[in-house]
Order: sequence, then structure tokens, then C-alpha cells
Amino acid sequence: MSLLRFYAANSGEALQLLLQHLLLVLASTSLAVAIGVPLGIVLTRRPRLRGPVLGVANVFQTIPSLALFGFLIPLPFLGGIGARTAVVALVVYALLPIIRNTYAGIQGIDPAVREAGLGMGLTSGELLKLVELPLSLGFIMAGVRIATVIGVGVATIAAAIGAGGLGVYIFRGVAMVNDTLILAGALPAAVMALGFDWVLGRLEKRLTPRGVRA
Amino acid sequence: MSPAAEGAVASCRGATVAFADGRSALRDLTLDVARGETLVLLGRSGSGKTTTLKLLNALVLPTSGEVVVEGRATRDWEPHRLRRQIGYVIQDIGLFPHFTVERNVALLPALERWEPDRVRARVTEMLRLVGLEPSEFLHRYPRELSGGQRQRVGIARALAADPALLLMDEPFGALDPLTRAELQREFKALCRRLGKTIVFVTHDVREALLLGTRLALLAEGRLVFSGAPEELRRAEHPEARAFAATLDA
Repeated sequence: MSLLRFYAANSGEALQLLLQHLLLVLASTSLAVAIGVPLGIVLTRRPRLRGPVLGVANVFQTIPSLALFGFLIPLPFLGGIGARTAVVALVVYALLPIIRNTYAGIQGIDPAVREAGLGMGLTSGELLKLVELPLSLGFIMAGVRIATVIGVGVATIAAAIGAGGLGVYIFRGVAMVNDTLILAGALPAAVMALGFDWVLGRLEKRLTPRGVRA
Repeated sequence: MSPAAEGAVASCRGATVAFADGRSALRDLTLDVARGETLVLLGRSGSGKTTTLKLLNALVLPTSGEVVVEGRATRDWEPHRLRRQIGYVIQDIGLFPHFTVERNVALLPALERWEPDRVRARVTEMLRLVGLEPSEFLHRYPRELSGGQRQRVGIARALAADPALLLMDEPFGALDPLTRAELQREFKALCRRLGKTIVFVTHDVREALLLGTRLALLAEGRLVFSGAPEELRRAEHPEARAFAATLDA
């Protein structure tokens, strides 16, 4: 009840934080896809890079998110206070599941299919476009889905470096020991995560080609 | 060029395939593939027969010596241009699981920019050729087919772009005995009808004798016998005798 009263009284601010949050997640996930999918493809062509690249992405993921935001603040260009730094940190977190799933999705294709494709005279690009990407698209989408859901959660911490988003309410609520405020941030973030999960899950199913669908 | 090599679709000349550690899959292989013949490469697992086959479509390049296909060394071909003139059928078939039978067979003609009508006609023709009723199979996905039907589609796909040479790597090896015998019989009739040049890998000496117009026997990366099928029993090399002996068993 008190939550509804809070939203009624602060609808403008709440909506703004929600949109900021959404924007942080969308911007960082799109960037992570733009970097991670090509990188995952490169790993299937250059197996030697696999260890180092996945290793680095793995290490990024183990840095506590609050610490990562802190580390980024003093950096020139990428860092500083505000949304840009937050997006950088969120991209870093989103990369691992996307790279890993792209790589694993393509690598998991029956080797006979690849051999037949190469043997019948597909170029590497044709093989990628006609065979490898369509067959691994569902898998890649699963990675994007994981990355997005993680991103919604991590983005709440972005408020700590002045990037806004729903974390603003959570931090404020923690500081003031006010459950209603914490909920005002946490509840819509949770709903957003579930929403992305559902939508991207549907997309994942639709992008899995007929003929390989379970 | 020797007279024998002139009529050859492909020839290996002193081809060796060595690994970085000095071992070799194939040593100093010299072998011609004459136009119109069905050359069967016979040998145990690891004898180098699959490597020989892959030399012909440049999936493997010789570390020394050369392999010439249609008058040009495989090293000098653009790999995909070479491979599009060579049909390739493998034991695990490798149909594209997200394509229907129709698209699987049509892929290469379509990439070669044939007219859509011509592609469609060709797919229908190829499916009939391998004994699949087009109306029933065109729109099925590979997983909706039996093993034998899949390999029929595999053969239709390999023949679709009318290749000068057809390479087959134990194409019937994974099939149950009855289906295998059925496909072998039909394939033999198909070969006669099409007059294609075929290189066929198998470790099954009966299959080799049934399908081959010529046999080449490999042992530990070397060619130890080459000749007409009926000459195998008279060959002196121990490996040839070992294979011939399995016929009487």
C-alpha cells in the first residue's frame, strides 16, 4: 500500500529512473552483442585465441560489480562518473555469456555438417551465413538472454557511480533504512528481468530453426 | 605428361602427407583416376584412404609431391571452385539439419546461380534418380528420414551440380546390412547409367569388388596394389592376400 502511495507521489521520478534503467540495459546488451558475437565467431576460426579471450572475459565476470564500477571511475575516456562508465561495466559483464554461447553454439554443430559443407565447396563465409549461424542462433540468443537478465540486476548498482536507474531508490532506501524505497527500486527491476527473460526466451525458440527444434 | 595421365580426371604424383611430428598419413602416392572409372580405395582404418580422397578435393594438401585435378594442381585451385566440381559423400552424411531435403539438394546449384526453374527440375530429377519420390520427400527435414533415405539424399546432393568427379568415403558404412546391400545394388546401377568418374573409399572387400572397376589397396600410407578387381586374388603383397583371404572365410 505504501509502495503504491510512493509511486503515486513520485510518478515522474520513478518513470524516469525506470527508463534510465531500461536504457542502460539495452545500450550495454546491444554493444555486448556487437562485440561478443563476432568475437565468438573469431574464436571458432582461431582456436588458439580461445583460452586467452574466454579467460579474460571470465576474469571480468569474477570482479565484484561494485568494485568494477569503482575501478572504472579514474580511467580516462572509458571511466568517470555517470552513465557512460556504467555502460562500459555492464558490457564487460555481458560479454562472457555471449562470447561463450556463440563459440559453443557453432562448435557444437555436428562436425559432419561442417565437413560436408566445406567439401561441397561452400566458402568460409557461406558456411557461416548459411549453416553455422542459423544452426547456432538459438544458442546465441540463450547467451544474450542470460546477459540481459544479469545486466538488469547489475545495472541497479550503476546508481552508485551516478548513472541513475532503479538502483537510486535501492541505495536511498538502504541508507534511510526504508523498505518501501528499496522495494520501489527492486520490484520493477525484478519485473524487468522476468520480462526480458520471457521475451528473449520466446525469441530464442522462434530463432531455433525447424528441423532441429526439440 | 605421360599418356596415361592425359585421360585422367585426377592424379596424385608422388604425394606425401606428413604431420609435424614426422609421421606420415600417406607416402609417395602416385595414382591416376581415369575418366569414367569407379576406383575403389581399399584398406584398413588408418591406411590413408580417406586422406587420399581428401587430397583430391583439397581438404588436405600434400606436404610434398602434387595432386592434379582437371589439369591443375590442387594447390593452385581456389578451394571452393575446385570442390564445386567434385561431389562429396561421407559416411556421416552431413545433411544440413535446418534445410528441407529440397534445399539440401538445391544448395549448390542455387549458389552457382542456376535459374530457379532449372534448380527445381534438377532437384526433382536427382531425387527420382536416387529412388525417392519427390512429392513425398521434398519438404521433409533430415531428421524425418531413415538412415538409408538420408544417404540417398546425400548422394542426390553430391550429384546435383553435375560434378566431373564423385568422391565417396564409406557412404554405406553406417547403414544396416539390408539397407546397405540395397543401396550398393542401386548405386552400382546408377554408376553404369551416369558414367561418372568415382573414387570410392571402403574397408569392405566385398563392397570393393562389387562396385569397383579398379581397386587400389593402401597399407600404412602406401599404395601396395592397383589393378582390376579380379586381380586382387592373384596379388602377392601380404595385405592383398589378407584382404583376399577374408573372401573365402
